[in-house]
Amino acid sequence: MAGSDHTAQRVAEAPDTVKILIAGGFGVGKTTMVGSVSEIIPLRTEERLTSAGLGVDDLDGIEDKNATTVALDFGRITISQELVLYLFGTPGQQRFWFMWNDLAVGALGAVVLVDVRRPKSSFAAIDFFERRNIPFVIGVNGFHGEHPYSPEEIREALALPEGTQVLLCDARERKSCRDVLIALIDQLIASAADNRA
Amino acid sequence: MSPQRSATASEVSGGDAGGRLVRPFALTGGRTRPRNEFTLITVVSAVDPPPARRGRQQPEHARILRMCGKPIAVAELAALLDLPMSVVAIMLCDLLEAGRITVHPPRVVSPSQDIHLLQKVRDGLGRL
Repeated sequence: MAGSDHTAQRVAEAPDTVKILIAGGFGVGKTTMVGSVSEIIPLRTEERLTSAGLGVDDLDGIEDKNATTVALDFGRITISQELVLYLFGTPGQQRFWFMWNDLAVGALGAVVLVDVRRPKSSFAAIDFFERRNIPFVIGVNGFHGEHPYSPEEIREALALPEGTQVLLCDARERKSCRDVLIALIDQLIASAADNRA
Repeated sequence: MSPQRSATASEVSGGDAGGRLVRPFALTGGRTRPRNEFTLITVVSAVDPPPARRGRQQPEHARILRMCGKPIAVAELAALLDLPMSVVAIMLCDLLEAGRITVHPPRVVSPSQDIHLLQKVRDGLGRL
């Protein structure tokens, strides 16, 4: 092409990206949920985290100051040519996933999955989002699609803040997971409208 | 009318056609940005065609460039390369400094202003 090298350069149009986190205790179905709604088979990415650069409060309980590796499973939903939603499943088996600060920064919100047989395993995730003022909903993942407890009973058991949405779901079902995500987005839209008013 | 008259200082500062400096293309490349701009959902794209001075390149850099011929999120790159995020971020930083890629940061979401964006996400989820 004639003209300067620079003006001839083309760059493919990049979409805007947003993310939602899927959190909860170990084995609660986070990766299953990501896989149910993702257009790609969930991918895994990892980060090596060291104590350097962490907030002081995040150092609690870290006996070993060496690095720890944290992995995330994630999926993608293309909303349009201009907008792509990523879903990140936070790892439940590693204690220090919350040190991956980039994970929470800029997230639209989160789904905290709860296993009714082990609700306490999701306390840490609930606490994490509450403390950072990141909006979240509770998804109660019924194993084999069974829900022995009502949303009210779950709410009480988890001592959830008032107004927290509790949704019964099945992480294996696309539509069920989609509905949980929509409930989260509706909550965000409602609070955005409140803020404007 | 005297087309040849010299411009005064005030004409230069006030007139659009007169004194405006054209910003060099090089300044828009963002080559001095800090490394932490590569978040999980930052989208990178290879610059095509590549700049004339390509500099030295490792095989991993070439691999990344092939993978970001179409825009791709950093997390996806890291997963496909099977490398930690921080390693991929450093290599992307090299490529950015060499003018080989462009960077599209994530959408900054301010919940009180982004009803339009949220509505788009909701509509998209509704189509699933």
